[in-house]
Amino acid sequence: MSRTSRRKLLSALFVGFCALSVLLALVPLALILFFVVSQGIQSLNVAFFTHMPAPVGEAGGGMANAIVGTLILTALGSIFAVPIGILSGVYTSEYGGTRLASAIRFAADTLNGVPSIVIGVFVYGIAVLPFKQFSAMAGGLALGIMMIPIIARTTEELLLLVPGTMREGALALGATRARAVFSVVLPAALPGIITGVVLALARIAGETAPLLFTAFNNRFFTTKLNQPIASLTVQVYTYANSPYADWHRQAWAGALVLVSIVFLCSIFARLATRRLEAMRG
Amino acid sequence: MLLNAEAAKAGQPRAPGADSPAPARESVVPNPESDPKIAVAGLNFYYGPNRVLDGVTLKIHPNQVTALIGPSGCGKSTFLRSLNRMNDIVPGTRVEGSILIDGQDIYAPSVDVVDLRRRVGMVFQKSNPFPKSIFENVAYGLRINRMTRSREELGGRVEASLKAAALWDEVRDRLHASALSLSGGQQQRLCIARALAVEPEILLMDEPASALDPIATQRIEELVYQLKDRYTIVIVTHNMQQAARVSDVTAFFWLGKLIESDLTNKIFTAPAEKLTEDYVTGRFG
Repeated sequence: MSRTSRRKLLSALFVGFCALSVLLALVPLALILFFVVSQGIQSLNVAFFTHMPAPVGEAGGGMANAIVGTLILTALGSIFAVPIGILSGVYTSEYGGTRLASAIRFAADTLNGVPSIVIGVFVYGIAVLPFKQFSAMAGGLALGIMMIPIIARTTEELLLLVPGTMREGALALGATRARAVFSVVLPAALPGIITGVVLALARIAGETAPLLFTAFNNRFFTTKLNQPIASLTVQVYTYANSPYADWHRQAWAGALVLVSIVFLCSIFARLATRRLEAMRG
Repeated sequence: MLLNAEAAKAGQPRAPGADSPAPARESVVPNPESDPKIAVAGLNFYYGPNRVLDGVTLKIHPNQVTALIGPSGCGKSTFLRSLNRMNDIVPGTRVEGSILIDGQDIYAPSVDVVDLRRRVGMVFQKSNPFPKSIFENVAYGLRINRMTRSREELGGRVEASLKAAALWDEVRDRLHASALSLSGGQQQRLCIARALAVEPEILLMDEPASALDPIATQRIEELVYQLKDRYTIVIVTHNMQQAARVSDVTAFFWLGKLIESDLTNKIFTAPAEKLTEDYVTGRFG
């Protein structure tokens, strides 16, 4: 075999292995989607969105409380996490050389690696025990704590992509440092930051562990923030663990709704990014 | 380079293109006794342990264009950026010596850097319009410095600045289009308009035309020539023909030292230093 053909063969083999790996990586995703959709679609109907869970032994019912609960919990999480995450991202990118910035960066990475159940236990300690009450607030706090490092790091990375000449341009016109960041640098990075926030949302919408001892669960419909609240993830967990076939079907439907929410979030993020970028020309 | 030296000898540096001769002009001899706009004395500048400017002393007179020339890394951009304290934002830099603008030390602790930068405008090598509309780009400095009282006044100032930067006619119908939709040369003129809007006294230009094609370059040069009636201009350039065309005074930097500064004609025809002559005749650099 000549030297060249040997090299070509090796190259082809390598590309082949890469393609195979991609395929293997996609198999679980495809299977998950297939099972969730095929099983979930059967029990998915209007009642699922509008009705409350049926009492044990009765067929039918829905997860209206859990769907609303998940929306409330993720909204609360964002209210906690978006301002803190973005501002600390601004700090680490604009004052990146300082020791405090490196400390924040390290803390964010560590927090990102903390298992979600630990965050749940922590919030149980600070926001449930003192009030002797599970609450939507505590659940939102737990989700928010999970979101902060994701948003902070995304914001930092996107701000660093904004050319330094943009900052200098603003400073040269007599802008203060903060003014330059908030009126020029941050808007320039905004489409990317929005994507980051929405993806973080999608990620925490699917969390179960941090909610188990914080938001707990609720068989009833509530929008009170100081009461336990249902969520799709905990409801799916509870139903899937139950001995009733009807609840299993409902759990599949819940899983399908969850996956759809995450999917819609991703699509929305893409569209928003594209819109904003188009607006800037 | 030779051609340029001859043009300079004739005493009438001309813009390129025979159809559009720059107005013939005499460089005004700065009276050494008159008050300079900017007086730099014994300026040393350090990036960490590296000294990039070494004892620079230079007077810059009002309503003149001063060109800073020299090979890459000679410190001319650093010098320019020390005039509006733009280097402050680079960590680990240190300044010694003094820079006086209208007799006031700009590195004195009492100086408000933000106000200084409004008075000393800057145009960068790479045009850096903000990702906003054309109008908002020019209005930006006016807004942050609260320089206008009403919408009408703001609109008027934006228009005047765009006119001063010779861009108005090209953008008047699309003021609210994105600034990024402009061509490179238009973007650079927009950045000039943006700098002019806050009414600076001094305009610093860091190779403003180095990324532009010859026609856009010519427009910028004509603009510089017009602007010196109202502003004191300091321009860094790598292009010696450009220095010869636009400037009244040229300062030659080499390895962080100011080798020589004099009337542009003199620098390009009869420099006092051998090093300057070697550089302007293209023997190195």
